[in-house]
Amino acid sequence: MSRRRPFLLRGRFWVGMLPWTWLLLFFLLPFVLIVNVSLSTPDLAIPPYIAPLHQAEDGSGVELVPDLSSFQRLGDEIAALGEDGAEPLYLRAYGNSLLLATLTTVCCLLIGYPFAYHIARARESIRNVLLMMVMLPFWTSFLLRVYAWMGLLDSSEVGLINQLLIGLGIIDTPLPLLYNTGAVLTGMIYSYLPFMVLPLYANLVKLDQRLLEAASDLGARPLTTFLSVTLPLSRNGIIAGAMMVFIPAVGEFVIPDLLGGGDVQMIGRNIWDDFGPNQDWPMAATVAVVMVLLLIAPIIVFNRSSRSEAGEQP
Amino acid sequence: MVAQQQDSGAAYLRIEGVSKRFGDNRVVRDVSLTIARKEIFALLGSSGCGKSTLLRMLAGLETPSAGRIVLDGEDLATVQPHHRPTNMMFQSYALFPHLTVEDNVAFGLRQERPKLARDAIAARVGKMLDLVQMQRYARRKPHELSGGQQQRVALARSLAKEPKLLLLDEPLAALDKKIRQETQLELVHLIERVGVTCIMVTHDQEEAMTMADRIGVMSDGVLLQVGTPGEIYEHPNCRFTAEFIGETNMFHGRLGPQGVACADFPAPIAVSPLADHADGSEVSVSVRPERVLLSREAPGALEGGLNSAAGEVVDIAYLGSYSVYHVRLSGGRTVTASVPSARWGDAAPPTWGDAVWVSWKAPAGVVLSR
Ligand SMILES: Nc1ncnc2c1ncn2[C@@H]1O[C@H](COP(=O)(O)OP(=O)(O)O)[C@@H](O)[C@H]1O
Ligand SMILES: [Mg+2]
Repeated sequence: MSRRRPFLLRGRFWVGMLPWTWLLLFFLLPFVLIVNVSLSTPDLAIPPYIAPLHQAEDGSGVELVPDLSSFQRLGDEIAALGEDGAEPLYLRAYGNSLLLATLTTVCCLLIGYPFAYHIARARESIRNVLLMMVMLPFWTSFLLRVYAWMGLLDSSEVGLINQLLIGLGIIDTPLPLLYNTGAVLTGMIYSYLPFMVLPLYANLVKLDQRLLEAASDLGARPLTTFLSVTLPLSRNGIIAGAMMVFIPAVGEFVIPDLLGGGDVQMIGRNIWDDFGPNQDWPMAATVAVVMVLLLIAPIIVFNRSSRSEAGEQP
Repeated sequence: MVAQQQDSGAAYLRIEGVSKRFGDNRVVRDVSLTIARKEIFALLGSSGCGKSTLLRMLAGLETPSAGRIVLDGEDLATVQPHHRPTNMMFQSYALFPHLTVEDNVAFGLRQERPKLARDAIAARVGKMLDLVQMQRYARRKPHELSGGQQQRVALARSLAKEPKLLLLDEPLAALDKKIRQETQLELVHLIERVGVTCIMVTHDQEEAMTMADRIGVMSDGVLLQVGTPGEIYEHPNCRFTAEFIGETNMFHGRLGPQGVACADFPAPIAVSPLADHADGSEVSVSVRPERVLLSREAPGALEGGLNSAAGEVVDIAYLGSYSVYHVRLSGGRTVTASVPSARWGDAAPPTWGDAVWVSWKAPAGVVLSR
């Protein structure tokens, strides 16, 4: 038997460490910093908070005083739910964000599945062209593409869609297309569609054609074959696509800010307002931490159900 | 009399001039074939010769470029695959990985219209799993089964709907050699018990000979010969079949009055006169190794038409009940002879380097003109 080298000298060890190091540096460390801010007290200073671990005022050394008042505010909003005149600013934003993210995910799935299916079934020679077309929007800046939507949806006579509809004589007065929830949803579906199509494609392209032939041979009509073979076997692709869309969509800031009206309150916007104009960093950090905790639940559920399928994919 | 005729089902399945081309590639060429009710028929040929394509045309998974397929009096051309009274067991099985064994077997039954009652389906699935002895694994998923178990589930699935025609694509190719041999006869008995007409595809001649009532030898999309295993082995109609099925000594030469004159055999090879070969034509003679006699002395001219030549033993493969001798003739050509071990009695068998004679009777040589 050859002697094993100490693990610090083994290349495999370091390659294996790479993703962990990445997660540590760019996820766990920032998260700990944000948690730290969320437990701080707002202050008129730079940075505008007093960390829980700070110099005691009487100079007697270091003291640890976590400030839970930001979490308390969220708790108060929950407690006040149902009371007359309750203004659950943050809860409403969470609700809106989850709702919009869910709608975005469902619409992306409904639009993206046929996309991915047809690309996966296309001849190999044109498959790459089709995939390239799905990814083509990434060649332009995300911000520019959202601005382009503003031009399309503009609610005055200069909006391209309104111009077209008026020009065709379908309507007389321009439609209020911009600055509402519909505009935000449109922008989000448009922006996130590729993130649904790509994982679905990667899954569907692996689907064994002979399974479809076997289903047909056993008497299943095309629709039955799709529902009882293709769809269940693409579950992992659906889950992966849904995660890729849902998770960033919950925290989306740019699209609601540019396409949404003042009434489209989403969590990303709240965080921005508290970090920026309101100068309440602990509150902003709290909202962000709670959002991450909220997202962990669906991630665990997604992960669990795709793991149970793991042994079945040939 | 009529009943008898129907029972023997002279042509239960008729394949008439069926061809298939993919672009310029002619994969199946003008295949005609009739198959009787309850027959087990094997399509045998090397990989890529178009066997699976022919089978897939029967299942309706490919459309013939030309020709007709008639099953039990019904032209299948217009019948879509999900309506055909055929079921196929796919190469490497194509079991649904997300369904349990029983759901795999029930899949076809659930597609029946009018719908079958739930307990009728359950009863049928139970019967099928009994048949292949897989009841114990009913709740497992395919990836939790061994290759042999998967094969049996696939068989149960393709038999569940009681198809008029069972199609097996390389049914045993995915199994280990040992399990494969055990399974061959088991599979035949099972198919016979169910009484289903069956066409199987294989590249393994031993498998075809063991399992099939009749064999069709295919090469390059052409059906070269159809016959029982014995006919195909003893009376091949072309060089390809003679060489593909079993071992043979092949001599090439020109047919003359004394026999076939070959460059690599000392005398013209005497053959049983065959009217359908013209004098002077280029032919081959195939002589099976077990028809070649081996002796230490020159065989006397006991009978007319004995072909013999002297040579030297260059190789011996001892296989227990018999040995395969490779004998180099003076001209350099090697002849193989398989010799029963009992042939030598108490005497020592010839060994490497020994001078021996090989001989065979004229009828042992099969004359082939293509
Ligand atoms: N769908 C197809 N398109 C193009 N060529 C095909 C197709 N299916 C089979 N072929 C070709 O037909 C030939 C015969 O294939 P197949 O019937 O699977 O052979 P076998 O089963 O005898 O090994 C192969 O050369 C294969 O490349
Ligand atoms: Mg094949």
